[in-house]
Amino acid sequence: MTAAAFAVRAGGSRQLAGTGTLLRFALRRDRAMIPIWVGVNALMVLSMPNTLKSLYGTAAERADLLQQMETNASLRAMLGPVFDDSFGALTAWRIGVYAGLLAAVMSLLIVVRHTRDEEESGRQEMISSAMVGRRAPLTAALLAAAVANAVLALLIAGGLAGQGASGALALGLGIAGVGMVFATMAAIVAQFTESARLARGLTAAVLGAAFVLRAAGDSATDDGSSLLTWVSPLGWLENLRPFANERWWVLLLFAAAAVVQGAAAYELAGRRDVGMSFLPSRPGPADGRLGTAGALAWRLQRGSVLGWSIGFLLAGIVYGAMTEGAADLVGDNEQAREIFQRMGGESAFTDTFLASMLGILGLVAALYIVASVLRLHGEETSGRAEPVLAGAVGRLRWACGHLLIAFGGTVLIMLLAGLGLAAGYGKEFWPILGACLIQLPAIWVIGGLAVLLYGVSPQLAVAAWGVAGAVLLIGWIGPALDVPQAVLDVSPFGHLPKLPGGEMEWGAVSVLTGIAVVLVAGGLAGLRRRDVTSS
Amino acid sequence: MTKAITVSGLHKSFGKTHALDGLDLDVETGEVHGFLGPNGAGKSTTIRVLLGLLHADSGAAQVLGRDPWTDAVEVHRRIAYVPGDVTLWRNLSGGEVIDLYGRLRGGLDKRRRTELIERFELDPTKKGRTYSKGNRQKVALVAAFASDVDLLILDEPTSGLDPLMEEVFQRCVEEERERGRTVLLSSHILSEVEELCDRVSIIRKGRTVESGSLADLRHLTRTSVTAELAGPPNGLSRLPGVYDLDIQDRRVRLQVDTDKLNDVLKSLSESGVRSLTSTPPTLEELFLRHYQDEIGDEVAAR
Repeated sequence: MTAAAFAVRAGGSRQLAGTGTLLRFALRRDRAMIPIWVGVNALMVLSMPNTLKSLYGTAAERADLLQQMETNASLRAMLGPVFDDSFGALTAWRIGVYAGLLAAVMSLLIVVRHTRDEEESGRQEMISSAMVGRRAPLTAALLAAAVANAVLALLIAGGLAGQGASGALALGLGIAGVGMVFATMAAIVAQFTESARLARGLTAAVLGAAFVLRAAGDSATDDGSSLLTWVSPLGWLENLRPFANERWWVLLLFAAAAVVQGAAAYELAGRRDVGMSFLPSRPGPADGRLGTAGALAWRLQRGSVLGWSIGFLLAGIVYGAMTEGAADLVGDNEQAREIFQRMGGESAFTDTFLASMLGILGLVAALYIVASVLRLHGEETSGRAEPVLAGAVGRLRWACGHLLIAFGGTVLIMLLAGLGLAAGYGKEFWPILGACLIQLPAIWVIGGLAVLLYGVSPQLAVAAWGVAGAVLLIGWIGPALDVPQAVLDVSPFGHLPKLPGGEMEWGAVSVLTGIAVVLVAGGLAGLRRRDVTSS
Repeated sequence: MTKAITVSGLHKSFGKTHALDGLDLDVETGEVHGFLGPNGAGKSTTIRVLLGLLHADSGAAQVLGRDPWTDAVEVHRRIAYVPGDVTLWRNLSGGEVIDLYGRLRGGLDKRRRTELIERFELDPTKKGRTYSKGNRQKVALVAAFASDVDLLILDEPTSGLDPLMEEVFQRCVEEERERGRTVLLSSHILSEVEELCDRVSIIRKGRTVESGSLADLRHLTRTSVTAELAGPPNGLSRLPGVYDLDIQDRRVRLQVDTDKLNDVLKSLSESGVRSLTSTPPTLEELFLRHYQDEIGDEVAAR
């Protein structure tokens, strides 16, 4: 093949024309999203040394921690092994994998958003009809992800420099490296699927698999040397060993993976047409069985309900299985015990630990209920609700179909979490199940708030994410920072009885349920009264 | 006979924009009613009020004898609606969506559904995200025409269809009329409106500026006349209602208010007529008169 013919097959001349413009455009579109992702991630990492100082202030406590981690396989599966007792090394241990996870999610969202999303929506066609080279869109998407990861690496390297400059640099680069591995992974997946949602889901599944592989490897060995750990990019991050005699050559793994995957994505992109994919969607039935707005709502949400159910069941099993181990580890540490007691109440430590894990699952379930309630918002603003509401379907019936799945779904996933916890822990079946269900009123208050915001004004609806995020932050980080009770009381979760182990408080539970009912009723009343927005 | 749609003095504002400013609309049962107006005139807003999706600030609207806001569900049982821009669920097939819409209305005629899918050459097994604009439109049209309803509200329903499908669409609307159903057709395709509609309403800036049968409306505008005369023309310029008079020797071209046509013909025949063409105003001319601000104001000033 002559060089010219090769150039034609690979996409013609000036394949990168317009990349700069597209990159600036992408960064402009993501001007809110990227700073938030990067900022939250960096803050999480940079606040860690102080938290750890309050937890493991003395050398004896740290030595104790290291020894515990060596013997406790289930905790290593969650957090990875500890390589050194400096606060830098402890930071990398405690938060590194999770920061890498966040960077990976951010990167895959950015890349899919600027590649498959654009093609699926048809916007890419107009862009590509301008002076834009064939490889420019993918390049711009990858560069946008690279910019975000580079800023994140700089913030971490700079912010942690006080703990040791080279360790901070290694940790920053490693986290950004995980980000770029999954940015290029998403670039490959986006060539195969026709829908952006599926591309995001599949890449996230690969990320989940990477986490599981690392967890399995780390539970088997206490120094990250398992083959399973080495297969996972998240395992590379821990084997980079920031703040513990950095193995700089591990960075080459990130670079090699990103380059190979990136090249594969370009190669695949060059072999397909704009808007097409390697996995075309299958035809559906010519006749439909859907007959009601409720059935439609179930059809639209069943996939996500299934996903959340599996996730909660697995999380329950994992938390349940590590309960005994956690009690051994934390039981000796006064400060850690105090934090858990703020979350889970004062009683036998296994109960306290179970109660705090349950609380975290409850907080995460609040994200589910917000996402599920806001499906109404998505249906309305996309214009798909309009023809349905122009049928013989009342607004309340239409809304209640989705709300039933939102509110009923939380019962389902919390029950499954309870089953998982009880199965993993192996005892206290009924108390654990009951404690899981006790979370529901607080979750419903958040859901009710989302219904109210959406019902009153669809422009306000997305503020429900802000509420869920704030509640998550208060519940997750509040106890570790020992914030005043007044702040904890803002969250409905702060008013729940600490079960199992604590006293049941019917009063608080009924009040929360009542508030949730009032919020939902208010939202539905608003929805009945207001105009349906047009697309 | 009750009217299918009555609207009087409808007002609706979005913030500072007055989308509807005292709009009136009457649609008789069993007629095909054209609903015309420039972009942003308030056609879709009116339709969304008629569907009970928007709450009018003031004024009265009745659809099939009921209030579309308070009795939305009962009204919708007898209505099929096709929006101008159809969005589908990406993972539902076209056939599923057609059946869903049918069931959400008064029900679906299975045989008609099959027949329509064939006539519109639609593949009902494709998923929502893979349809082109025209095909998404077809999904909504098949669902509407196959539904067991009394009133069809079509908001620029043919914007993505090719001429062949446009033909199928027109045939379908005629069949609906024969079956005694009422159709409100908002459209920019004037030939389509001229072909299909018994009566039309033209709106501008949220107000109805003209309403009636096409014959009525033509009466209000000018006919263009071209004639070749035996002798020199005489006194034409003095006749009332004559415009754009152009005389070249014995050829005469002019525009005349349609109700003054008789006087012009008299004057022409006094000079002896060799040939005569008279063209009634097209809907397009009618339309342009109301669409263009200056022209509209000029006519009003005379």
